[in-house]
Amino acid sequence: MVERIPILKMGDFLLVTIQVDMHDRLAITLQEDLTDRIARTSAHGVLIDISALEVVDSFIGRTLGNIAAMSRVLDAETVVVGMRPAVAITLVELGLSLKGIRTALNVEKGMDLLRASLRSPAEESADGSDEG
Amino acid sequence: MVATKDDTLPVQSSEDIVWVRQAVRAWAVELGFGLVDQTKLVTAASELARNTVDYGGGGKVQLEALNEGVHRGLRLTFEDHGPGIADVELALQDGYTTGSGLGLGLGGTKRLVNEFEIESRPGEGTRVCITRWK
Amino acid sequence: MMAKSKMANILDTHEEELLEEWMREQLASDTLRTDLVSKSNLRQQSAEFLGALRQAAQSGNTTDIMSPEWGEVREILTGLSRSRVQQGFTPSETATFVFSLKQPLFARLRQELEQDADTLANEHWAATVLLDKLGLFTIEAYQKNREAVIARQQQELLELSTPVVKLWEGILAIPLIGTLDSARTQSVMETLLQRIVDTEATIAIIDITGVPAVDTLVAQHLIKTVAAARLMGADCIVSGIRPQIAQTIVQLGVDLEVTTKASLAEALRLALQRSDQTIVRTHRGATGG
Repeated sequence: MVERIPILKMGDFLLVTIQVDMHDRLAITLQEDLTDRIARTSAHGVLIDISALEVVDSFIGRTLGNIAAMSRVLDAETVVVGMRPAVAITLVELGLSLKGIRTALNVEKGMDLLRASLRSPAEESADGSDEG
Repeated sequence: MVATKDDTLPVQSSEDIVWVRQAVRAWAVELGFGLVDQTKLVTAASELARNTVDYGGGGKVQLEALNEGVHRGLRLTFEDHGPGIADVELALQDGYTTGSGLGLGLGGTKRLVNEFEIESRPGEGTRVCITRWK
Repeated sequence: MMAKSKMANILDTHEEELLEEWMREQLASDTLRTDLVSKSNLRQQSAEFLGALRQAAQSGNTTDIMSPEWGEVREILTGLSRSRVQQGFTPSETATFVFSLKQPLFARLRQELEQDADTLANEHWAATVLLDKLGLFTIEAYQKNREAVIARQQQELLELSTPVVKLWEGILAIPLIGTLDSARTQSVMETLLQRIVDTEATIAIIDITGVPAVDTLVAQHLIKTVAAARLMGADCIVSGIRPQIAQTIVQLGVDLEVTTKASLAEALRLALQRSDQTIVRTHRGATGG
């Protein structure tokens, strides 16, 4: 079993790639490590890459929500990237809307999103939706 | 209705949840479920397994591959002898899915499957049976 | 081992005459669909069935039609049902094929056994039970076939009616036509999400001009589709909202939770805006155009 999920620094952002079936301890460790790292590096963006996850249940969903909330308190925006279509369909059916968590198709687009929001933080609302 | 394959797994710890997911995935693939249906089944199993561990004090799950004429299906029965659910109706409501406290996730789980049965007696335990047909 | 029944005997020795009488019976019936099946085809089918019936009856088992000896009879009836479904017969018209055999068969039984009332009664009963079972089997086979045809047609309809079009870089359009039920919604979601991945789209325009009515259920399906796309980083715009639909949505108190536009053109304009793109009219000038 993996003991810790690695956190990479990419410029002003932190990248977390979740590749394993997370169990409780791992999820808690990740949250702790991440908040610690954000504080130490003053990162303003967190990218969580879940493209390797075949299943996202309510526990993982809550973990992602917690990470987004904690990061926001530390003045960092979180973007979850790479959700698989089957997972998205299932999550919607499950009723997990992941409100308040921004999403992007992949790491590259996620970084674009973070960079754009850092440029003009006042124009974007919490879940990244525009009123058109 | 004939159960063509039958197996029982322990659901006692966090690690067991991972095994349950893998087993359900493997059976679903073998039964010929499409990717979305597989994902729904595994996610539902994950939810129920987690409940069994977190709230049921640990238990077991029975997997059954079903064959009803031309229809094939997968049935999972989670059982524990924990405190039970006092108000099943309440637990089936959606508010619990969005992490607002108990997080039992039963209402949402019900939507992921074709058949959903739950029996729970406070002080005796809980039994949840879900089935998905191909 | 059961003794050969009188019916089996009759089938054995009077097959030709039975066929003639049965054909007469069928042709005289007003449920016969001469518009759908020709006399020669009917004769062929009848002869085939009668032959198989004779064969099966020789085995001595005339009660259990699901046993192996009756395999060929079942096959013939199943095949008959399949073609009758395709041709547009009703279940009754199809089962009449079997039931119409009763009259000629009973007539012959009475003829052979008129001196023996008891045996006649028993044979008559046995024959009627057998033909009833075969008739019911035919109806069930018909039902199963019909269900299979409907399922196949539904699948084809689903596949035909969910095109996802790439309008521009990063912008997809899904013109929905017809009713939105759960099967359709699932299909739309899967197709849309896969295309989002393939084209790396960030905006999906769902046009509902072709959706006749929006009730709470349809609204829910729309909301699910929008939510799923959002989880994959694509924002949706719903276009083609007719005034009546707008009224219905407000009356239902539904919050679609998505930007809406009256027309696809408006939606495209917004999509381009959001993706920092714009369409510019060129000027063909004197320098050469």
